[in-house]
Amino acid sequence: MSKPGRVGKITRRALLIGSAAVAGGVVFGYWRYKKPYDNPLVDELREGEAALTPYVRIDQGGVTIITPRAEMGQGVHTTLAAMVAEELDVDLDAVNVEHGPASPAYFNAVVLEEGIPFAATDVSKSAERARSFMRVPAKFLGMQVTGGSSSTHDGFVKMRKAGAAARQVLLEAAALETGLPVATLATDSGAVVTSDGRRVPYAELAGRAAEIEPPGDPVLKPESEWRLLGKSQPRVDMVPKCTGTAEFAIDVRLPDMLHATVRMNPKLGGGLRGFDSTRAEAMPGVKRVIPLDGGVAVVATNTWIAFKAADAVDCDWEGAPYPNDTDGHFAAVEQAFDGKRDSRFRDEGDTEAAFIEGADVEGEFRVPYLAHATMEPLNAVAWFRDGELDIWAGNQLPTQAVKDGAALADIDDDKVRVHTPYMGGGFGRRAEMDFIKAAVAVAVAMEGVPVKTTWSREEDTTHDTYRPLAIARYRANLVDGKLDALDLDLAAPSVFESQFGRIDMPTMGPDISIVQSAWDQPYGIPHHRVTGYRAPLMLPVSSWRSVGASQNGFFHESILDELAHAAGKDPLSFRLDMLTDEVSRGVLEAVAEMSDWGSPLPQGRGKGLAFVLSFGVPTAEVVEVVDTPNGIRIINAWAAVDVGTALDPRNLEAQVQSGINFGLSAAMMNEVTIRDGEIEQTNFHNYNVLRLNEAPNIEVRVLENGPRLRGIGEPGTPPAAPALGNAIFAATGRRLREMPFNRAVNFA
Amino acid sequence: MKLVINGQSHEVDVPDEMPLLWVLRDELGITGPKYGCGIAMCGACTVHINGQAVRSCSIPAGGVWGEVTTIEGLGTPESLHAVQAAWIEHQVAQCGYCQPGQIMAAAALLAKNPSPNDSEIDGAMSGNLCRCGTYQRIRAAVKAAATSLAEGDA
Repeated sequence: MSKPGRVGKITRRALLIGSAAVAGGVVFGYWRYKKPYDNPLVDELREGEAALTPYVRIDQGGVTIITPRAEMGQGVHTTLAAMVAEELDVDLDAVNVEHGPASPAYFNAVVLEEGIPFAATDVSKSAERARSFMRVPAKFLGMQVTGGSSSTHDGFVKMRKAGAAARQVLLEAAALETGLPVATLATDSGAVVTSDGRRVPYAELAGRAAEIEPPGDPVLKPESEWRLLGKSQPRVDMVPKCTGTAEFAIDVRLPDMLHATVRMNPKLGGGLRGFDSTRAEAMPGVKRVIPLDGGVAVVATNTWIAFKAADAVDCDWEGAPYPNDTDGHFAAVEQAFDGKRDSRFRDEGDTEAAFIEGADVEGEFRVPYLAHATMEPLNAVAWFRDGELDIWAGNQLPTQAVKDGAALADIDDDKVRVHTPYMGGGFGRRAEMDFIKAAVAVAVAMEGVPVKTTWSREEDTTHDTYRPLAIARYRANLVDGKLDALDLDLAAPSVFESQFGRIDMPTMGPDISIVQSAWDQPYGIPHHRVTGYRAPLMLPVSSWRSVGASQNGFFHESILDELAHAAGKDPLSFRLDMLTDEVSRGVLEAVAEMSDWGSPLPQGRGKGLAFVLSFGVPTAEVVEVVDTPNGIRIINAWAAVDVGTALDPRNLEAQVQSGINFGLSAAMMNEVTIRDGEIEQTNFHNYNVLRLNEAPNIEVRVLENGPRLRGIGEPGTPPAAPALGNAIFAATGRRLREMPFNRAVNFA
Repeated sequence: MKLVINGQSHEVDVPDEMPLLWVLRDELGITGPKYGCGIAMCGACTVHINGQAVRSCSIPAGGVWGEVTTIEGLGTPESLHAVQAAWIEHQVAQCGYCQPGQIMAAAALLAKNPSPNDSEIDGAMSGNLCRCGTYQRIRAAVKAAATSLAEGDA
């Protein structure tokens, strides 16, 4: 029913808005370099509907904005919708906002930028060239991915231009409709307005808009004219989420749907030798037990029945393909220091020569494996019927879900539809495909019947793709109260190797995440070397909110604090003295002012400072603790961040608070350990996380001095742990070199 | 067995020991209460029984002793409860998965104690986990809801 129009006019440009004719309307889209991706909305349009860019659809029901990034709490649907609404001139509360289907046309152009060996503060020609080169593979891979704090940065120009192009076309359509010159027309809240005050709603212009070619490069409003951007917007998902009406994948209901769960080998990656499901299958309500790769699934009439029956399957598991206890895992990371280096992106001065006579200070820091522990346990609904597959899954990588779903069902990619509802937390876990593949395997076995496959909390916690464990070793020399030489070695299993290996994507060269936010910090140190070492893969590991910065922020900032004290310097001035970036200086000075840094504190109180530049956002945090008879109590936290342009101040504040709480939780109490090849932590009683009574007051300031707009989902997390550790040192004199801190101190 | 939920009577044919949560979600399609842990450690499944906040994942259906209220019965988008209105005013939710439980816990607290102090809020709300870390706004919203209830705005 649809055919692309005006394809011949597509020229090779970085960002081109094109259009395609559909019955009774038009679709606007961004084309790929050589051939356009199929526009994912064309097939779903009914007669009389017009789709204006893959980011906007206008029909009789009004305007729908497609926000093709996962809403996992970060508020991205609201901010992306506001970008389109700003230029299209519609009110945010008068539009529908939906995630839309999976499509490579929604590729994320900037997510790979974090993987290049140029520091975020490096705006040299070669750094900028490398960044723009990374957009080419991103485009060709067509990966629709939510991660890397990249959504707003990626969408900022694309989505505003989509809105502006659509508005321009609607104005021209209204000119044809009314016979009035375009120059006399204006737009206001979802309508074209004539000079005598007549309003023509956009919906009424949808048909005519089909005949009009969009401007290839529409002009954007200057920031001074923004009505929505730069101002706090009520989140589009807030009312549903406060009334129990927001739909998560776990809430999806389909006719005659069955409920399933999985039980996988507790030794992760080990196979299933055999199983006896006699007892399970005899339980009332159990429909079927299905063997999976490395486990079994149980299908029943109710999730609780499936959970109970899964426990009743007798399984003969293979052993673990990794060391059987935590010590063995750390030993493997220690050994990596003796092997070949993975990266050395920073090597200034002559570090070897600087340490010929030994080091003034040296030390070692460690962090454990961590679970994501999203509030919504992993789950997905799948329905395989008539050679077609539908998947409902909260996921950060829908294009991959299409591929994996198609392979498992043995059908073509275009027979797979992925629906992405709200997700009850992601933090990187929902970029993985294991829970989707399990649900699809169940659906294929149960052909014709929709099945929701829900993991128990126990299964979720013990079968995560974990934040890797890591070790840092350093030596340093101080001269006249300043850091003269720093040699920092970092070792961890490779997140990229593990994560991309699971989606059959080869990785080449070093894993920059092993040294992320350690090699690239904006400090000038005469002799400065940062070396990454890659430990072997053991447990599956993956991105965990802020990825490598989650451990390296702790290492680097604890080390700087330790060195400041060794130098007899205040930790703030110690940093400011060697800082090379003015935007970063701004956040450090702001947080110092907010926290009244340096003012005398009563006995038993302490403040700790940390600064981490991650995902392009310089972030400074101060944590204040009190050493009480019952233990350490965290009472205050202050944060200053610089995102270049603050699109939604209240949401930015929420994300920074969220990141701090997430980081504090890990620092205080979180670790995943292994015994007899199995994960020891199973549920929130032994993998507890930060609770309301432990959460400090948090004050946030958002600055806008940075050169580019940046995302905020992750940068709040890395400084929280070192700021807490440094505060505990200030209050008690005790330096914490291992996470979680509750191994060494009590928390009140 | 018969269960009264949000003022409506339901006849369900389930084993007595099936937790109330799974009767609500999988048998009756009432999905506001969420599954989080199954062992009363996270609070995502919080509902009221005769006005008392309870963890529906750990209450056998056969042991339900009174009328059940879920988030759907507390208020609706068209007719919000004061706690929900305060949550929206303070833009509390992020991923939102834990919030039905948080709101039910807060509503039960304020029904019993109209002006809780900080430690009473801590006591009533610390059983409800939030991985997004919305705690600072939850605290503010509980206090705002208390004020609005006291002023009779609800």
